[in-house]
Amino acid sequence: MNKKKKRLYMRSAILAVLAGLVIYALYTNLTRETRGNLEAGDKAPDFLLTDLNGEKHRLSDYEGKGVFLNFWGTWCEPCKKEMPHMEKLAQEYNGEVEILAVNVGESQFQVSNFADQYGLTFPIAIDSGKEVMDAYGVDPLPTTFMIKPDGTIDQIVIGGLIQEQQVRELFERVKPSS
Amino acid sequence: MGKVKCECGHVNPNGTILCESCGRALTEKAKNETFVDMRYEGSARRSQTYNKTIIDKVWNFFSSVKVGIWIIVCILVAASFGTILPQEFYIPSNMPAETYYEDVYGTFGKLYYTIGFHDLYNSVWFSALIAALGVSLVIASLDRVVPLYRALKNQRVDRHESFMKKQRLFAEQKGTIQPGDLEKIRAVLVNKRYKVKEKNGALLAEKNRFTRWGPYVNHVGLIIFLLGAMLRSVQGLYIDELLWIREGETLQVPGTDGEYYIKNEGFTLENYQAGEDPEVFNEAINRVGTVAKNYQTDAVLYRDEKNELPGAKPELTELKKDDIRVNQPMKFDQFAVYQTSYRQGEMKAMHFALTNKKTGREYGKVVIDLFEQQKLYDLGNGYKVELLGYYPDFDGFTEEGEPTSKSPLPNNPAFLFNMITPETPAGEVSFAQIQNTMEPLGETKYKMSFKNLETRDVSALTIRKDLTLPILALGGIIFMIGVIQGSYWNHRRIWIREKEGQIYVAGHTNKNWHGLKREIQLVLAGTAIPEPIDRQKE
Repeated sequence: MNKKKKRLYMRSAILAVLAGLVIYALYTNLTRETRGNLEAGDKAPDFLLTDLNGEKHRLSDYEGKGVFLNFWGTWCEPCKKEMPHMEKLAQEYNGEVEILAVNVGESQFQVSNFADQYGLTFPIAIDSGKEVMDAYGVDPLPTTFMIKPDGTIDQIVIGGLIQEQQVRELFERVKPSS
Repeated sequence: MGKVKCECGHVNPNGTILCESCGRALTEKAKNETFVDMRYEGSARRSQTYNKTIIDKVWNFFSSVKVGIWIIVCILVAASFGTILPQEFYIPSNMPAETYYEDVYGTFGKLYYTIGFHDLYNSVWFSALIAALGVSLVIASLDRVVPLYRALKNQRVDRHESFMKKQRLFAEQKGTIQPGDLEKIRAVLVNKRYKVKEKNGALLAEKNRFTRWGPYVNHVGLIIFLLGAMLRSVQGLYIDELLWIREGETLQVPGTDGEYYIKNEGFTLENYQAGEDPEVFNEAINRVGTVAKNYQTDAVLYRDEKNELPGAKPELTELKKDDIRVNQPMKFDQFAVYQTSYRQGEMKAMHFALTNKKTGREYGKVVIDLFEQQKLYDLGNGYKVELLGYYPDFDGFTEEGEPTSKSPLPNNPAFLFNMITPETPAGEVSFAQIQNTMEPLGETKYKMSFKNLETRDVSALTIRKDLTLPILALGGIIFMIGVIQGSYWNHRRIWIREKEGQIYVAGHTNKNWHGLKREIQLVLAGTAIPEPIDRQKE
């Protein structure tokens, strides 16, 4: 029964196409919410920000070094707690792991005032249009992205880093192996 | 299970009821019936024949119209449940859905939430029902249109008399067709736009066969429509974003990959005025107080010529200016920007005066922009105000006595000033809020007295792009073509045949039998061929 076989193949093919469409539709519908969110292992989106001293920082220029990318605000209490640890380790890991602190849309005055108050020397940039924040899908502050020397995200830390040890462990993870 | 060979010699697919070619009944049931079932021309519905493998069983399930109707009923019932309480999308965004439904609607609300009706239209099972409908449409249509097409294509001109006898419109009479009668009939039929075929003294006249494809065209339209709806979830085809923008701000338009920027040049809310606007509004104004007339954002659209990385300074060129009003969006490059919401009176700047407490004399005014402060405000003549701290949403002091802010929004702005005057060159520290000043480091001779507040409005714009609309429109148009094609024409056939001294006449139409009868009357007028009778009336 050649014809019968042909019909079976035909039906199987049509059903397969339909099943494919249905699965695709259900999948895209269900993942719509989380789509575009960054995860560990993803390539960190590149950006270009100007820090308080007028220096430009492009993420891709940091390739070969680990990056501690921190999103913060002056009003946020946990941000205030983790800053001193960050300052200390920035000195210690100088040249190996760089800190980029991105303030989310506050005024120049507020940010410089804060930096002076806490004696921060690592680069701090203001993301005035919240463009970088959107690109990284940051919701609560602080959020820290640990970026490996190859430019991929090693870990995303949501919330404050209270202990110096926690920050040190993160630094160790993205330190270029030499 | 094999082919069915009819007495006429035509080989029919297994399951055929009426021979595709001559129309003889092939099953016992069909032989015993008074009328033949012409719905699918007695063709073998493909699903009815094989039922062996899983594939066949799935196919048969979806090919059933009964199943299809049940799917539609399920969708209707399910969809109606979603309308009992507001969907999650519509509840206030600051309330978690877990508690909102129970708090507002009680036990029923809790049940509603637990079952998952709060987000019904995005649920897996609802999507699955819609998908089942799509599958059912495809398979049920294929299962019918292919055999029907075959049967209509293979039909013979000289149908077997048993087929004609079982038509609803039928007549037979002893005798022979008069010479010239067929020519006469043919002329009238052609005039009525029938396609006429003759063979062995038999005549088949047929018109508007295309109307039989109406339902299938209609289904194709529906399937395209469903595909279009599905494409909405494909990235880049459908964008629906919200942008809160303050008066004077220029922000990137979300969803445009940083290509466009938009500036809010001002938001206006106008109300209808009793006396000024048409009288029809008076009653409503009296009843509710204010009736909104217009919500408007004066917007400027820019393109970022460089469009570098996020965070980079854009190089803007103005593209256009437009007033965005409700239902009158600003349109550009597949995007439409709609007026969605607003918030009035957000604090923008505060005015203070450096005042000598004793004399009350003012030594100049300081205007502090709440979004862009200065470190030092020089009032001249040795009078200066240094800003030590800014707390946009002041909510108290820490244990160490440091002022704190609970958010970056200027809801309750507070300032720490250092006032330098020729009288107090070392400076005096004052903590100032609206209508309130404090002297944390001891009594001062001067104070920053609050003078004035500048506010501005914030407008919410919806940015929408929908590339699936043309697909939905195409689906809709094809759907309507199918409806029209199937509704406004009738597929009519007339058979005339002489066999062994007997004249047979039969007629069939898929609808409007009265019309066919009148047409046959005209066609046969003036000939010796008997007029078929509608036997269903008897």
